[in-house]
Amino acid sequence: MHRYFPHTPREIEAMLAACGLAELRDLYSDVPPELMLKEPYRLPQQLSDTEVRAEFDRLADLNIPVRACFAGGGYYDHYAPAAVASIVGRSEFLTAYTPYQPEISQGTLQYIFEYQTMMSRLTGLEISNASMYDGTTATAEAMMMAVAAVRKRRRVLVSATLGEGVMRVVRTYARYHDVQLEIIRENAGVTDLSHMAELLEAYGDVAGVILPQPNRYGIIEDFTGVADMVHARKALLILNCVAADLATLRTPGEWGADIACGDAQSLGIPLSYGGPYLGYLCATKALMRKMPGRIVGATTDSEGRRAFVLTLQAREQHIRRDKATSNICSNQGLMTLYVSVYMSLLGAAGLREVAWRGHQTALYLLQEMTAAGRCRLAFPDKPFLNEFLLEFDAEVDLDRFIADALGQGILAGIKSGDNRLLMACTEMQTKEDVDRLVNIYRNL
Amino acid sequence: MNREIYGKLVFELSRTGRRGYRLPASHISENDLTEGKGEKAAAIPQRLLRGAAPELPECDELTVVRHYNNMSTNNFGVDTGFYPLGSCTMKYNPKINEEMAAHHGFAGAHPATPDYASQGRLRLYRELELALSEIGGMAEFTLNPFAGAHGELTGLMVIRAYHDSRGDTGRRKVIVPDSAHGTNPASAAVAGLEVVEVKSLPDGTVDVEALRPLLDDTVAGMMMTNPNTLGIFERNIPEIAKMVHEAGGLMYYDGANLNPMLGAARPGDMGFDVMHINLHKTFSTPHGGGGPGAGPVGVRAGLEQFLPSPRVVEREDGSLALQFSDDALGSVSGTLGNFAVQARALAYILSLGSEGLMEAGPLATLNANYVKEALKDDYLLPIEGVCKHEFVFDGLRDKSTGVTTLNVAKRLLDHGYHAPTIYFPLLFHESLMIEPTETESKETLDDFIAVMHDIAREARETPETVINAPHNTPVTHPDDTAAALNPVVTFE
Repeated sequence: MHRYFPHTPREIEAMLAACGLAELRDLYSDVPPELMLKEPYRLPQQLSDTEVRAEFDRLADLNIPVRACFAGGGYYDHYAPAAVASIVGRSEFLTAYTPYQPEISQGTLQYIFEYQTMMSRLTGLEISNASMYDGTTATAEAMMMAVAAVRKRRRVLVSATLGEGVMRVVRTYARYHDVQLEIIRENAGVTDLSHMAELLEAYGDVAGVILPQPNRYGIIEDFTGVADMVHARKALLILNCVAADLATLRTPGEWGADIACGDAQSLGIPLSYGGPYLGYLCATKALMRKMPGRIVGATTDSEGRRAFVLTLQAREQHIRRDKATSNICSNQGLMTLYVSVYMSLLGAAGLREVAWRGHQTALYLLQEMTAAGRCRLAFPDKPFLNEFLLEFDAEVDLDRFIADALGQGILAGIKSGDNRLLMACTEMQTKEDVDRLVNIYRNL
Repeated sequence: MNREIYGKLVFELSRTGRRGYRLPASHISENDLTEGKGEKAAAIPQRLLRGAAPELPECDELTVVRHYNNMSTNNFGVDTGFYPLGSCTMKYNPKINEEMAAHHGFAGAHPATPDYASQGRLRLYRELELALSEIGGMAEFTLNPFAGAHGELTGLMVIRAYHDSRGDTGRRKVIVPDSAHGTNPASAAVAGLEVVEVKSLPDGTVDVEALRPLLDDTVAGMMMTNPNTLGIFERNIPEIAKMVHEAGGLMYYDGANLNPMLGAARPGDMGFDVMHINLHKTFSTPHGGGGPGAGPVGVRAGLEQFLPSPRVVEREDGSLALQFSDDALGSVSGTLGNFAVQARALAYILSLGSEGLMEAGPLATLNANYVKEALKDDYLLPIEGVCKHEFVFDGLRDKSTGVTTLNVAKRLLDHGYHAPTIYFPLLFHESLMIEPTETESKETLDDFIAVMHDIAREARETPETVINAPHNTPVTHPDDTAAALNPVVTFE
């Protein structure tokens, strides 16, 4: 038997006998014989741990290694204290299932409760759920939440400045969930608020308005007066925000939003080529019963001790089936532990230091790149925190710049169209990294 | 451990002025920013900035470590003990999987890294996709969906995209057995489909005669779990698939119960057109207290073009690339899914190899049947005969004791076992669903069986002991009702 299976041949024999069976094949006497596999899977033979490591090393060698990452687009290369990975790796957390038995799941339940509290404080909204898959699906769920909360309305407005990946997923969910999407135009790199007002005016059935902060170009948008405009039409305001910026930028709560959603990867979660990340979803208390996914609540046990349980389960798929607020079930539980531990170690001061450091490095990168010539801010005079869009002269071979940088272990950014590059900075890139990248650009 | 201090909430451990971090130095000075010749950014106006800082903990590293380690001791995982949670396949999560998920070649990579710099990562994705296609009997997989329910939703979108592509837009019904997981009808509703339930026979399988009148040109497809949620193999599956196909519908396989089929039969050969696999069940990736999982979706030949974008495709020169296509149903994720979960699943498949995978299903099935046969004297087995990886009791046989399935489940916690799944499926009043998995030894099963017999005896002799359980867990009888009536979902 394989090393993961403890059965000895004698035990198998004894267990089969206890079932009144002669051989393992008899366990499948109910399966029509023509369906049974005739031969083993055409897959390689079993490997030892050493050989598995060698196989992964071989795959890793096919990648070009990156030491300095100037790519963002919603996902950022951040420092996390070593304690984060150490705690998350504890197998009592890692190998547990959803906390359906609260008596032996207080660890999971408590860290989710701490996460909910932290996210609520970060977004300035009253409640948070226990996580969604990622920022794109969290935004799609926010859209469906608005449609469910505002009766008989199935139209949602979305700003054209929303991140491309988020937009793709929102469009897909809208198409199949029968939601009518209207795109709010952009003007000079930001949401055209007069177009938003026109759309709100033109359609009487808008359930929600989705806006990004910062937007797909890294620009911090000004939503002054927006909540009033949206609420006057009895629609919900949904802000998609980069989680790490929430300690620094005006919050969804301060803007008067009803729902905040987005990706929380930027709060201590490794990049891991796209996942697992964490979608966060926060809302006002009025929307509590429309919230999808799991929610942890505090209560007391029979001896008066503080205890945590999954609560408000009547909203969920295993009770409500096709009437549920969402089909989500397993989500990204463990990823909330990354976020809780990360924020416990960094605190508000740490999050703000991270944000301003990224800002400072971004200012320096912008200054040095533009000083080298043949490029400029695509949208000048618009404020940004740690990410900006550069526009290059047509003669600049951007693909070559990206390839040359990769050759020296630097991911220069995310190419957008033919001659634009979205560049992001965090505390992870040093002055030397910036200088080296700019030097590669100068030598192009 | 000192629960008085470290058992508090982290907010209660906070002391103004403490810190648990230090950022790396950047060496960019104010001078660097004032003296440079290039473009300056616009200043961020005050109205775009946050007012008061959020109230987050201020803690030193050791306090944080003790706090969370203390919490972990209040948790029960597969590494702690036997976890016979039906329908969840709580098998051992091998350590090499974790090591590979954290591999330096993968852990730090940004998802927007160009394809030519990510060939190893794309190759990993492709290798797992090919292995799942072989195991599922499908033509092609997408690994993008993040979880089982997300896979269901994606699969149903594939089915709708298929009908739409043929101009067959009137098909909005999806047939689901009454024994199905709650996610099936919920996923159908999110995908804009209307759910029609089909009844089960007394033996727990789909009633073919009840299915027949439901099939017409409004049916998009049928979702089935096979073996079903009672652990019973749907022996009429070839006929059911034929009927649904003749009516123009597609067959969807909910892979939640794929584990016993390893080494036995393939959903593709049973007549299914679309399926999902829960990597966190059959392929041993840890459940993480409720995720992250992964729900890859496979399709038979002829449906590949509808799979969500991006797809990983092979170019003529053998290199791999991301592809966005207009035929696709759209996108269901911002990236290629939970990549580090996919890495774990590939490590598992490589570790097991063909022969290990062939052994897994039969041993899981053996363990389930062994426990079922040993306990049916004390627990009511509504459906006799051979089961697959799991089975369902309808509570204790002796209904006079007043001891419920919930009581039995809670009493198991006192003995260091996780409880089975309870009150699901909905077909019985006192459902107690047990799934041992193939990684449990005979002595673990024997001890569990002995404990279950002890509980049945207690139910007869001292029922209060069972009814008032658990007695020695970190908390007892948390007040769910109060939690729901007056929800406290953040710390004030």
